[in-house]
Amino acid sequence: MESPVIKHSSRSLVGRDAWTIPLEEIDLAHPGIWQANQFLPFLARLRRDEPVHYCAHSPVGAYWSVTRYQDIMTMEAAPHLFSSEPTIGIVDVLPQFTLPMFIAMDPPKHDEQRKTVQGVVAPNNLKNLEGLIRQRVITILDSLPQGETFNWVDRVSRELTTQMLATLFDFPFEERNKLTYWSDIATAIPGAGLINSYEESFEVLKECLAYFMRLWRDRAAKAPGNDLISMLAHGEATKNMPPMEFLGNLVLLIVGGNDTTRNSITGGVLALNEHPQEYQKLRDNPALIPSMVSEIIRWQTPLAYMRRTAKVDTELGGKHIKAGDKILMWYASANRDEAAIDRPDEFLIDRDRVRQHLSFGTGIHRCMGNRLAEMQLRILWEEILQRFHKVEVVGEPVRIYSSFVKGYTELPVRLIAR
Amino acid sequence: MPRITLIEHNGNEHAVDAKTGDSLMTTAIKNRVPGIDADCGGACSCGTCHVFIDPAWLERVGEPGPFEEPMLDLNPERAANSRLSCQIDISDDLEGLVVRLPEFQF
Repeated sequence: MESPVIKHSSRSLVGRDAWTIPLEEIDLAHPGIWQANQFLPFLARLRRDEPVHYCAHSPVGAYWSVTRYQDIMTMEAAPHLFSSEPTIGIVDVLPQFTLPMFIAMDPPKHDEQRKTVQGVVAPNNLKNLEGLIRQRVITILDSLPQGETFNWVDRVSRELTTQMLATLFDFPFEERNKLTYWSDIATAIPGAGLINSYEESFEVLKECLAYFMRLWRDRAAKAPGNDLISMLAHGEATKNMPPMEFLGNLVLLIVGGNDTTRNSITGGVLALNEHPQEYQKLRDNPALIPSMVSEIIRWQTPLAYMRRTAKVDTELGGKHIKAGDKILMWYASANRDEAAIDRPDEFLIDRDRVRQHLSFGTGIHRCMGNRLAEMQLRILWEEILQRFHKVEVVGEPVRIYSSFVKGYTELPVRLIAR
Repeated sequence: MPRITLIEHNGNEHAVDAKTGDSLMTTAIKNRVPGIDADCGGACSCGTCHVFIDPAWLERVGEPGPFEEPMLDLNPERAANSRLSCQIDISDDLEGLVVRLPEFQF
């Protein structure tokens, strides 16, 4: 049986006026406005006029959009009403192509599996990795071409996050690009370029599974180590995991640790170029780096939403939601909600309460790798400031065709030495 | 105004006058005690205001609540005396309370 190939083009909202379009025509899940960087006014319109909004007719099926910060907080605190099962993306992929992973599980299984692996990205383990990460950042930055234009995404964002993943998995370093490839495959929309069907992506992910099974057997035969595969192979809750569940959790860790940080690395360079006074603030006071890192993560919001599915009939923002309904929590909107964040449309690297954004989600599913992401960005910017007066954006960024992953494939830059 | 002592992981002690009705997290933030992030602003949803209650005070401070327990439980550094400081309300009963801060919030 063929899995559905989603065609969106006729429903694109690109070029439409967000403030006059009939509310029922707003389909935030359509990737067009995200790739075209035109999503913000649509989010603002829904926050103002219908913060819990039903999209009845969409190529991906009917779904609710929740756009206010406080409503998302309410949902995240109630996993017994708003389930993460069967999946956290908008599309219900056919069951045979659905990978089991703890991001898409409810308690108690979610808690058991997460607890097994989270130690590897807990701050205590990360402090042991800091020196290695810094060394890799330095090597990457010192190899960049001087005085010529290059793509920051490929040379820095992608390379650095791939190296980090290889480190966390203790993956053969020279084969590390496989990790990025599998990550891209796992999030690719059929028909959008990389793959044509879910069958095709599933075939690739089976190769990924086979590769990791070899690593698993190798680590299981050795004493427990500090890498993720070893932790999974020796963990009480995970050591007897069925192969598809193992694959699901691998894909989760690969995707979670890959394009999110990658796109925040790129998004930070872009934001500082668009706000030169903030770049100057940073040069004048590098002690602002940790605060700036949080602001970059808010500004980028690398994952635009997470989906929940109503477990029972319930109410949210005065709307009646039926059991089984899909609900998208738009973090990209919550992070611009004027009711929760002061001057939300300004990029301010020294803002108050800078850590209070929803890019990591919140509640029991809050991003497990949040400290690793912050550490990578912090070290990167510490080393950039040591070397360059400016990473100058010299052309238009190219954004990804996705309403889920907010990211870039290209950002042309030139380095200006200190 | 109960007097409360927060001890950083490096041993730095902060004795502060807390306001009745504030949470312990708010007390720490208002007094600029480092080591409390409180990323969710006090909604019991992030786990980044983790503290260790001095054993002598455990009974008076009480057990984690039903929403707090799962958040605490996801922290690998969780101990028997772990609490989220946003869920502890300051009252006159807590005069003299001592809490210790973890090396890292997660």
